[in-house]
Order: sequence, then C-alpha cells, then structure tokens
Amino acid sequence: MSLARRKMVSHGMQALCGLAVLIALLPLASLLWLVISRGAAGLSLAFFTELPKPVGEPGGGVGNAIVGSLSIVGLAALMGIPLGVGAGVFLAENGEGRFAAAVRFTAEVLSGVPSIVVGIVAYGILVIPMRRFSALAGAVALAVLMIPSLARGTEELVRLVPRTLREASLALGVPEWKTALRVIVRTALPGIVTAALLAVARAFGETAPLLFTALNNQYWSQRPDQPTASLTVQIFNDAVSPYDELHARAWSAALVLLLMVGLLSLAARLFARSRTRGQR
Amino acid sequence: MIADPVVQTAQPAPRELSHAPGRRSSDRLWSATLTTLGGAVLVVAGVILFSLGHVSAPLWRTVHVFDFLFGSVWDPEREKFGALTYIYGTVVTSTVALLLAAPVSIGIALFLTEMAPSQLRPLVSFPLELLAGIPSVVYGLWGLFVLVPLLRERIEPLLGRALGFLPFFQGPPIGLGFLAAGMLLAIMILPTMTSISIEVLKTVPGAQREAALALGATPWEAIRMAVLPYARAGILGAVILGLGRALGETMAVTMVIGNTPRISASLFAPGYSLPSVIANEFAEASGAMHTGALAALGLVLFGVTLIFNSLARLLVRAAERGPGRRR
Repeated sequence: MSLARRKMVSHGMQALCGLAVLIALLPLASLLWLVISRGAAGLSLAFFTELPKPVGEPGGGVGNAIVGSLSIVGLAALMGIPLGVGAGVFLAENGEGRFAAAVRFTAEVLSGVPSIVVGIVAYGILVIPMRRFSALAGAVALAVLMIPSLARGTEELVRLVPRTLREASLALGVPEWKTALRVIVRTALPGIVTAALLAVARAFGETAPLLFTALNNQYWSQRPDQPTASLTVQIFNDAVSPYDELHARAWSAALVLLLMVGLLSLAARLFARSRTRGQR
Repeated sequence: MIADPVVQTAQPAPRELSHAPGRRSSDRLWSATLTTLGGAVLVVAGVILFSLGHVSAPLWRTVHVFDFLFGSVWDPEREKFGALTYIYGTVVTSTVALLLAAPVSIGIALFLTEMAPSQLRPLVSFPLELLAGIPSVVYGLWGLFVLVPLLRERIEPLLGRALGFLPFFQGPPIGLGFLAAGMLLAIMILPTMTSISIEVLKTVPGAQREAALALGATPWEAIRMAVLPYARAGILGAVILGLGRALGETMAVTMVIGNTPRISASLFAPGYSLPSVIANEFAEASGAMHTGALAALGLVLFGVTLIFNSLARLLVRAAERGPGRRR
C-alpha cells in the first residue's frame, strides 16, 4: 500500500471515530430537548402538590408520587448507606484474607445483578410474609441495589488515604478504632459522601424493583407498610397508557425526575470538588 | 483475589501492630463490627439466592428445568410455562444492542484517548456521564414517543427496501419490536462500554504506540497494530459488561419491544424479553405457580448476568494489569 493510501485510511478511520462521538451525542441531545420542551408545559405548583386526577379531568399533579419516591429512597438510603459504607471500610481496613476476598468478589458480582431480579427478592422476603405491597419492600430492594457498588467505591476511597496518616495517629497512641474513624474515614469522607449521593441518585431513577414491591397508589401513603406511588412507576404507567393527557403528564414527571437526579449528581460533584488534592 | 500492586503499598496498619498481644478491647470490638458489616454483603447474596429459590419453588416442583428453558408455550391459565420466547427476545435485543454499541463506543474511546486534544475530553466525557445517569424509564419514554415513530416511518421502510432480501428486515414496519429495543439498549449501554474501554486504553503504555509510530506507522496503523492488540482483552471485557447490562435492562425494553410472546426472525416484529414479562405480569400473577414461573425467569436472568459479569470483570482486571505481566 502506498504511503498516500495509508495516510488516507488513517484519516478516514480518525474521522469515523469522531463520527462515533457525534452519533452518541445525537440521542442525548434529542432526549434532553424533548423532556425539557414537552415536560415544561405541564409544570405548575399543582403538579407538585396535588394528587393525580383521572383522565378527562383537567389539573391534578403527581405530588403523592414525588413524596413517595422521596420516602422510599430515603428509607433505602437509611439501610443501604451504612451497610454499604461499612462493608467498604471493612474491605479497606481488614482487606486481607479469604473472608475479605469473598466479600469483595461477592460485592463485585452483585453490582451487576439486574434490578428487576432484586425486586423479586424483596417480594419474596417482605411482600409475601406481610401479605401486602409496601414502601418498605421497595426500599429494601433499592438498598440491596445500593450496597455492592457503595462497598466497592468506599473501599477504593479509603485506600487512597496515605499510610503515613495512619502511622502518625497510631504512633501518638490513638487506638486503632479511633484512628480508623477519626483519621482515615474522616479524610476519605468527602469522597464517601459523593459516592453515597450518586448511589441515592441512581436509586431515585429505578423503576423495575418498585413495580411489585412498592407497587403504586392513587392517593397519599401514610405509612411505610402500604403501597406507595413513585415518580418512576407513575411515568411508566402514564407512558404506556393510551391517553394523550397521561402522556403529557409522563413527560412533565420525567422532567421533574431528571431535575431531581441531576441535582443529586450536582451535589455529589460539588462534594467531590471539596476533596483535597493531596490524597491522590 | 489479586490486588493491584499500588493498592498493596497502601495497605492499612502493619499486621504485627493490629495483632499485638496488648490489644485494646475497644479495638477488638471495632474489628468485630467491621467484620459484621463486611459479612452483610455475603448475607445479602445469601438472601438473594434464598428468596429467588423460595419464590420459584412451586414451579420447580412440577416443571422440569429442560421443559421450562426450551418450552415455547406460556399460558398461566393452563399452568404451562416455557421460557423460550422470552429468552429469544432477550438474546436478540441484546445482540442487536451489542452490534450497534460496540463499534461506536470503541470509536469514541479511541477518539478520546488516542486522537482528541486533551482539552476536548471533558466536552465529550461530561455528556457521556449524563447519558449514564438518565433513568431507564426516561429512555423508555423517549423510545416510545421518538424512536418508535422514527423507526416506523423512516428507518424500517428504508431498511426494508435496501436489505429486504435478508429475513431480518422483512415484514411490516411496526416500530415497536426487537429493533427498537435493541437500538434503545445500544444507547443505554454506550456509556458503560465507552468509559471502561477508556480506562483500559489508558493503561496501554506510551512506548507501545511510540514504537509503532517511530517505525513509520500512520496514526491509525499504530492504533490497529500496537494499541488495540494490547487492550484487546480489556475491551472485550467492557463489551461483555455492556452485554450484562443489556440482558437485565427492564423498563426501556418493556416500553418499546411490543410485548408479544412470539419468535420471529424479523427485527421489525414485536417480541418479548425476560425482564419485560416479569415486569408486566408479576404484580398481577394468577397464583403461586405463575409467580413461581416468573421468579424462575428471574433466576435464569440472575444466572446469566452473573456469568457474563464475572467473565467481564476477570477480563478487565487482567487487561489493567497489562499483558506483559499476566501469569
């Protein structure tokens, strides 16, 4: 092959790689534009505060779904974050030996489990014994999804803390547990907060594990042992319904969902930025 | 478990210290607490297996595994449960997703690591992070109201005219179907595959490509002959990880695949997938047998994704250590 030809092939392939970037950006641009343009039309104060109205009646909102999502994810965070972060600290601090290796491998493998499967698990351990769908079952499903990735993330962050910090603390006679909590974990804390916020953001967008755990509810849910509406399940039900009004509501709810997930991710990024450079 | 050498140097307290005879009781308590927290991960895994087994038990008592996996009739009222149509739909949509997403994401990864000036990188990596953070139900919404009409009115008629001699592109353009689900999945797994490919490509030593360039290779030849062979295992791992995600993705697929339990060669035809049937039927299942059958589908899905994910992790880890140091 002549040099000119080889150069041409090279330029051609480089152009193709650049084209790949454009191909990937196209759906993103379309999606964001449509969610914003179609979603914004239906937003009003009532959208955030009122119950959904039946088809044919104007007005109404998804207030119960927003509150439902917040309470399910909040409950999930209460269970998932301590366990996930704790397991991560364990892996970083006592990370040698067979037991730790088994924990690490399990966490790694579990982080790929499809979320719908986790929904079945929560159904089996909570919905069947309680004989009812509940926010609690949904929260357990989301917590199970949070734990593995949070454990791996925390482990990596805690390991970044320089060994000299630990040695200095131990040399001063500080007990091991205090060193771990007040020196090591504290140094890694901004990173851990970032990881936790991202895990919460991800949980917020989950639909599949809630379909048959928290189910749905047309009304406000008072207690965590009752079926509870969520923003994501509401979007799904509205989108697959045959009514244009409900489709419009789905777009507006999607905009609210994206805004909430986006805010959580933004908060996570800001925390990440507050992390000191010296740790790396 | 093979730890990274860097990680090993960052190991916590020296062993002698933590096991010294005069260890405080508070430290023993701390260590026990940590071990319990770590054990929680194993407990979670145990609960997952137990619950799946428990819920699906009524099915296994009456239906043989073989009949379940290869039967194509799914009729809850007559208690006939065959998973084949769903397995077929999952395999077809994931394959389409892989074929579409793999070249694009490898292209992006190469562009960002090998070609683009470094100032351009955040401009591309930020949108990719955005793509990864969008909830799947929003993808489904977009797919249902944007991608499906586009396929029905433009892309499928075009494909039918151009490639209609192939069985994959025959039949009426409905929009909802395997192709819609595959394309949507491709968009969704793109960020995963791209970001891991980038990580893998970053581990390729600079000397590798410089040597190729010094021998007179064009930039593309350096990539093809020096960079890609070095990163092959890792990129394969990234692709398989994307596949694992595609297999288990529920909402987006459910919203655009058409939910019709049928095995068709044509990608234009509507179908059904494993996660979709679980999503649609579980809450209103007609009894313990039906619920059991759906949980059994979940168990199949769990097993398959477990295998693919473990394989992918091993490949990526081996690649990050580099071929030169592989045992």
